[in-house]
Amino acid sequence: MSPLAILGWAIISAQVMLGLAMCCATYRLVAGPRAQDRILGLDTLYVNAMLMLVTFGIRTGSTLYFEAALVIGLLGFVSTVALAKFLMRGEVIE
Amino acid sequence: MSWFLPYPLLSAALLALWLLLNQSVSPGHLVLGSVLAVLASWAMAALRPEKPRIRRPGAALRLAGMVLIDILRSNLAVGRIIVRSREPGVNAGFLTIPLDLRDRQGLAVLSVIITSTPGTIWVSYDAAKGTLLLHVLDLIDETVWVRTIKDRYERRLMEIFE
Amino acid sequence: MNAAGTLPAWAALLTALFVLIGAAVTLIGSLGLLRLGTFYKRVHAPTLGTTLGMVSILAGSVLCFSVLEARPVVHEILIAVFVTLTTPVTLMLLVRAALYRDRTEGSTDVPAAEVAEDLIPPA
Repeated sequence: MSPLAILGWAIISAQVMLGLAMCCATYRLVAGPRAQDRILGLDTLYVNAMLMLVTFGIRTGSTLYFEAALVIGLLGFVSTVALAKFLMRGEVIE
Repeated sequence: MSWFLPYPLLSAALLALWLLLNQSVSPGHLVLGSVLAVLASWAMAALRPEKPRIRRPGAALRLAGMVLIDILRSNLAVGRIIVRSREPGVNAGFLTIPLDLRDRQGLAVLSVIITSTPGTIWVSYDAAKGTLLLHVLDLIDETVWVRTIKDRYERRLMEIFE
Repeated sequence: MNAAGTLPAWAALLTALFVLIGAAVTLIGSLGLLRLGTFYKRVHAPTLGTTLGMVSILAGSVLCFSVLEARPVVHEILIAVFVTLTTPVTLMLLVRAALYRDRTEGSTDVPAAEVAEDLIPPA
């Protein structure tokens, strides 16, 4: 196998692993049992999706995925903070 | 100079951010990024935040290196607990640590270090009594953890910030 | 692998190694979400993905693009810095919210608030 083929297979297996990781996070998001568990699952899902986008970038050789990953990271941060704030006070903006 | 650049480190970081985002060091981006960085530091000055004083940059670099190694080691430790342990997290528990560090920037850095290291998380800090509540995944010996936090991180942070 | 056709062998193998390590660590971290028993134990699990997992995958990306474009491509550092600074904030907020909820419900699994003020969430 040539090194480039190995890289191709490595990236595909990495994407499968990240996909499984996203499934674990989704299970926590759906199953709970409490609201904080669901938010933790959502936060992990965001991070895993961001890493998945970076691997897509390596696979296609395009730097465009970088911006998408950055935006997903930002949205994940803001939404998790807003949800955690909601858990604490029952309202997001006071 | 201080009226022009009230927060030189912040301005430098913003300029670096701008250049990295645009992936270029062309003169146009340098000028635009510098203007934005200076304007943003003026906006920051209007908020009048406490100015952090880093007394010993060398010690800060050594601390950063140590934290990187610790994060790598605890990644392996937590990974082993999750994969190998039959009942993972059976030793988890809360831990209260009395802190001598009072500087707010130092406490902020300590909280980021503790939380981003896998296996430990900063829960709350009581400013009146100076005690810190942690949750630790592998809490077998409390004194070891107290000594780790106080000797490895707190003492160095006090050197840097106080 | 259409675009990476010009990548030399050492860079391709090193990138493959970095990406695989990062994905494996992230998977172990997310597996922790399933295997660990309570919320306070589970909160430790995602930090694997946000430290070693993220850094390793980003290192692979930096290496791949720097060699491909024959110049340093380091804008992935932005993601690393951003994630390193924001993850502790979200996790701490989440743990404090959970602790507050458990305390107001009178749970005995968490340390009790020592003064009444601890029960009032910080503004």
